[in-house]
Amino acid sequence: MMKRLLSAAAALVLAGSIAGVAHAADKLKVGFIYLGPIGDLGWTYQHELGRQALVKELGDKIETTYLENVPEGPDSERAIEQLVRAGNKLIFTTSFGYMDPTLKVAKKYPNVHFEHSTGYKRDKNMSTYSGRWYQGRYIQGQIAAKMSKAGVLGYIGSFPIPEVISGINATMLGAQSVNPNIKVKIIWVNTWFDPGKEADAAKALLDQGADIIMQHTDSPAAMQVAAERGKLAFGQDSEMIKFGPKAQLTSILDTWGPYYIARVKAELDGTWKSEDTWGGLDSKMFEMAPYTNMPDDVKKMAEETQAAITAGKLHPFKCPVVGQDGKEVECKGGANLADGQILGMNFYVKGVDDKLPGK
Amino acid sequence: MQLVLEKRAERSRTIALISPLIAIGLTLVTMSVLFAVLGKNPITALGVYFIAPLTDSYSLQEIAVKATPLVMIAIGLSLCYLANAWNIGAEGQFLIGAVAGSWIAVKTQGTEAGHWVLPAMLVAGAVAGALYALIPALCRVKFGASEILTSLMLVYVADLILDYLVRGPWRDPAGFNFPTTAEFDPVATVPVLIEGGRLHLGSIIALVVVACAFVLLDRTIKGFEIRVVGVAPRAARFGGFNSNQLVLLTFAVSGALAGLAGIIEVAGPIGHLQPGISPGYGFTAIIVAFLGRLNPVGILIAGLFLALTFIGGEQAQITMKIPLDVTKVFQGILLFYVLACDSLILYRFKLVFASRQVQSGAG
Repeated sequence: MMKRLLSAAAALVLAGSIAGVAHAADKLKVGFIYLGPIGDLGWTYQHELGRQALVKELGDKIETTYLENVPEGPDSERAIEQLVRAGNKLIFTTSFGYMDPTLKVAKKYPNVHFEHSTGYKRDKNMSTYSGRWYQGRYIQGQIAAKMSKAGVLGYIGSFPIPEVISGINATMLGAQSVNPNIKVKIIWVNTWFDPGKEADAAKALLDQGADIIMQHTDSPAAMQVAAERGKLAFGQDSEMIKFGPKAQLTSILDTWGPYYIARVKAELDGTWKSEDTWGGLDSKMFEMAPYTNMPDDVKKMAEETQAAITAGKLHPFKCPVVGQDGKEVECKGGANLADGQILGMNFYVKGVDDKLPGK
Repeated sequence: MQLVLEKRAERSRTIALISPLIAIGLTLVTMSVLFAVLGKNPITALGVYFIAPLTDSYSLQEIAVKATPLVMIAIGLSLCYLANAWNIGAEGQFLIGAVAGSWIAVKTQGTEAGHWVLPAMLVAGAVAGALYALIPALCRVKFGASEILTSLMLVYVADLILDYLVRGPWRDPAGFNFPTTAEFDPVATVPVLIEGGRLHLGSIIALVVVACAFVLLDRTIKGFEIRVVGVAPRAARFGGFNSNQLVLLTFAVSGALAGLAGIIEVAGPIGHLQPGISPGYGFTAIIVAFLGRLNPVGILIAGLFLALTFIGGEQAQITMKIPLDVTKVFQGILLFYVLACDSLILYRFKLVFASRQVQSGAG
């Protein structure tokens, strides 16, 4: 009896796997490489939400696979190549550090399409995509300047790369549009995710007189510290309101779903081509979490700014932009700084009282 | 009735040989149960983990690539541990070696420099790793500072030095301010052995290192000294062996190997210097060293086996959608069983009956 049961089970498994293979053969295979574990918030989680949205939309035509917690060193090239060898035809690599490995694998497999997030190297079969998060930072800067009683913002920086620096500058320009004398204190933690360090940085910033915490790191630790001390804070990447129901003002929410769906549709239609996508509020590459814990007039201002940026009427880096040294920055994009200047930003705007690390 | 561990009068050689096999067997059984609970066919899953990666040249190459730094570092560490010198900072020596070698690559970039560049880089990496490892060794010998602490703390120093260099002076001018050097020139790159693959010269070097360590420990007086100092420090003193000198020597050698592994990794699979060049190789190598019982051949096997679980784990994620956490659980279980079974070499189980129990008031 036992034996018969076992062989029946084996047959079932076998049948299942054969059916699975046959079924998978006519579906487009789409792969994802994740930097962190998926968890339930943060950078990787938002990409996972994007993948889930993709599956919901096109699940009957595609099969998705992901590899999580792939370090940015030599392991990533292997991980990407493993996805190629498993038959994936479109592969999203979702962290800056995968840039060169993605390019190497892309050159080796010209018939597979690659999409690299937040990088700047492209090829015939390798696109890049990213978000204009500085737009959200500008709104946050305005809110912060309105809400701060001390006139001092605390900013937790991850790494001094252009994306983070343009975020600080956009925040500052937004804040200065409300209060020209606003001050910002910056602590660099040199990590994207380290709740201990982030909490320590938040405490130090509050101790130094800041009363609003902003972060470019991934964990809700800073939000929790702000909540404990009765101060205000902004979330990052994900909705963090449950960590500070009375503290969160808003949060920049990465929403990759629409982009993933569009790109996979293009792949299915055979219209995929290498592109450089840098989406802003207008293309829904990210969204702002509900404006909470602020008076109605501040909320109204934030919504108006958001609408103006979305409509293209307001550009956070509208010329003239004055650098930290008091000199005007060369304006290469007509009325605003050129995209290249923002993508490679390595200067502070006037009023940031900090020295850029490594400069 | 009670189950107690009783010390054996002597080490059991039979158990010493079959203990790793018992450990692997128990791991397989436990994993099968785990896979079944997850609703996956255990046989298929184990096949994907252990057999599939061994069946094609690509995966075999990747196993070698992954094992290369682990084996090289672990060999050095085993010499230290045998001599009772506790180098925990191989990760730092790895990074410093990578930095020192990259210095030559960065300085010669775009020049007419010839084929001396790569050998010079490898030497620089090894020398820098050795010097960096000598810091904690000297602190122990001269001041009695715990080398466990100092070597570990120097890891963070090395990490920050690397970080500073790639964000500041060595940053790729065309790299949009991102923290990485430019790609190394071809003369500064470790050659690939098979066209189209990633297997590189470093794997051959690792094999040479294993062979050298084997000869050193098995055939030379120095090797004998190392083992005596570790097992019986008093006897070693009476024998006239200088344990301080051995601490310095083993630290220098293990630092050199870690540094060499670092520059090979950077000039090989990565191709440029950047933060995060090591996913914790220096620490994983400690596990490899002990899994291989501090024996060069054992370390080679352990390194390859651990690499196999990484590659297999990835394939399991892709083909069977088994979460990465399961791979980690798997590695943890394996280590647990290996250590648990090792205790059987020195101890044996014995049933003690309640009537003979003397200390009954303890509870």
